[in-house]
Amino acid sequence: MSEIVLEIKDLSTHFFTDRGEVPAIEQVSIRVHKGEVVGIVGESGCGKSVTSLSIMQLVPSPPGKIVSGEINFKGEDLAPASEKRMKKIRGNEISMIFQEPMTSLNPLFTIGNQMIEALRIHQKVSKKEAREKSIEMLKLVGIPRAESIIDEYPHQLSGGMRQRVMIAMSMSCNPELLIADEPTTALDVTIQAQILELMRKLNKEKDTAILLITHDLGVVADICDRVIVMYSGQVVEEGTKREVLKDPKHPYSKGLIRSIPKLHGREEKLYSIPGTVPKPKMDRIGCRFAPRCEFAFERCFKENPGLYPTGDGRSSRCFLYDKSEGDKKINAATNKEATIGG
Amino acid sequence: MQQQIKKPLLEVKGLKKYFPIKGGVFGRTVGEVKAVDGLSFNVYEGEILGIVGESGCGKSTAGKAILRLIEPSEGSVRFEDEEITSLGAEEMRRLWRDMQIIFQDPYASLNPRHTVEKIIGEPLLIHGNTSKKERKDRIKQLLEVVGLNAYHASRYPHQFSGGQRQRIGIARALANNPKLIICDEPVSALDVSVQAQVLNLMEELRDEFNLTYVFIAHDLSVVKHISDRVGVMYLGRMVELTDKDELYDNPKHPYTQALLSAVPDPDPDIEKERIILKGDVPSPADPPSGCTFHTRCPVAMDICKQVKPDFLPIEDNHFVACHLYHEEQQNISNNNLVKEGAR
Repeated sequence: MSEIVLEIKDLSTHFFTDRGEVPAIEQVSIRVHKGEVVGIVGESGCGKSVTSLSIMQLVPSPPGKIVSGEINFKGEDLAPASEKRMKKIRGNEISMIFQEPMTSLNPLFTIGNQMIEALRIHQKVSKKEAREKSIEMLKLVGIPRAESIIDEYPHQLSGGMRQRVMIAMSMSCNPELLIADEPTTALDVTIQAQILELMRKLNKEKDTAILLITHDLGVVADICDRVIVMYSGQVVEEGTKREVLKDPKHPYSKGLIRSIPKLHGREEKLYSIPGTVPKPKMDRIGCRFAPRCEFAFERCFKENPGLYPTGDGRSSRCFLYDKSEGDKKINAATNKEATIGG
Repeated sequence: MQQQIKKPLLEVKGLKKYFPIKGGVFGRTVGEVKAVDGLSFNVYEGEILGIVGESGCGKSTAGKAILRLIEPSEGSVRFEDEEITSLGAEEMRRLWRDMQIIFQDPYASLNPRHTVEKIIGEPLLIHGNTSKKERKDRIKQLLEVVGLNAYHASRYPHQFSGGQRQRIGIARALANNPKLIICDEPVSALDVSVQAQVLNLMEELRDEFNLTYVFIAHDLSVVKHISDRVGVMYLGRMVELTDKDELYDNPKHPYTQALLSAVPDPDPDIEKERIILKGDVPSPADPPSGCTFHTRCPVAMDICKQVKPDFLPIEDNHFVACHLYHEEQQNISNNNLVKEGAR
């Protein structure tokens, strides 16, 4: 494997609210290699966005706070880094794009103004050079008549165009890592296809690592190399795209994949996971997914599962894969699944 | 086919909704947004008709115009053989017992100051001559039908999750035993695992109460799952309409083809030819001439820029608005062009 760009170890971010401490993410560990596209998937409230904001130290504080863990970026721990240091890193070495391109662009300044500002802060370039570079970036992301668009305001552009501008801006300083938080969720499918194509191209050409946060497994299948599945603030499963999507190990990933209506093939009744996502609380005992899990047994409600290896270099936060439980459990689970028609 | 024997419950013909653009010092009308521009389709009893399209294609406006929640500008809507666009307010209110709507955002469509009992009870109060006791029983029954509990009746919307709120919205729509429910993006605000629960519930209810749905959504896989027939909209018009399997296996219109190819599939083994459309959807205030899709169409011909293609059947039950499939229309218009040229 190529060198590691980002390594998050046991990161926990809690929110200190009037009603007490709320753990948004707990002991999250993620690794991103150079030039790799890693997807974090999960439903709302699973902590995927808090993870990305924690890396950039953009979690609103108070109430949010990184309580433990390391964020190693090229050998430097960003968790205790000062605001001054973070300003150097944000937008330069790690940049980020958000779901809603309208709210992340300032409506009062032209596109050029905002792009040039980012370049001038991070790189020693003249205004003229910065403008030329900006036009070049806009052309790279496929914006027509870049020379005139650069003097226009965000409201003059469509949603897809704005997201292209955001990508151009985030890529202008050649970052090592691009964090994309639901970059295509607000866009239509035909525009989403354009943006994914663009991200794939930039990843190939510039070798930028991408950490993609999404709820859409289709997007994961389209663009990611590796996938991390999160549930209720924890990583529950990790593996390559093919492994996780074709052969999910954790009961939650299994259920999630089965509950998506298929575009190809036919099915009569849609599988659905019963119940809803639990609210995060301190000192919870037992597997977070146990109340909704069809394979849950006694131990799931009494102990917190760790990440157990599933045998092929992957891991799953599920007691079914704990060696001390023996093979019986796994076999029982797979048999049960086979009878359901998994 | 089954549907041909059944009679249409809802017939929409040439439905148009133009929104005026006001401008200038005196607020004169300076233009029109053609949100829905000549929409025609039938919905048969007991079927689920899916309507898909991207944002701004007019699918939600169409849904509301059919119910006359916004007044259509032109066209005819017939419900059970009765023309409803000319009905008075009182008659319309009576009809709304049979035609209901479920909205996208369960957070915005429920009054936060009302209890669930009041929310679900309101349509009963307005439409039925029911006693207080009857209403209470009916509310209990409705809550159980949609998978909630009778004790939920005294709670407020904020005490429920998104999926549960959508169930309340469904219970409210069901209150007066409607025949037709227009579902406007009912699951797009929900997470996948909850979305599956709500979709299953809607299917069960359809079978149980013999309902007919018009299911409006932007998610092609969801529409495929639930619908019997599917129509695709682009810039206020329907470009293709046919049986679900036919549409997904054998799309005819270039826009449908591109739309289907653009959906990312969660199965990494499915390799597909991706048709990536260039540019954005044009503004409905100033739609392109001829076929409105010609500006982005990979196979556009000369005729597409000049002549609006008609929405015609090319096979049984398969309607397409595209010049590729309508040679006759092409020939006629070619002749017209020649004539015009000769002048």
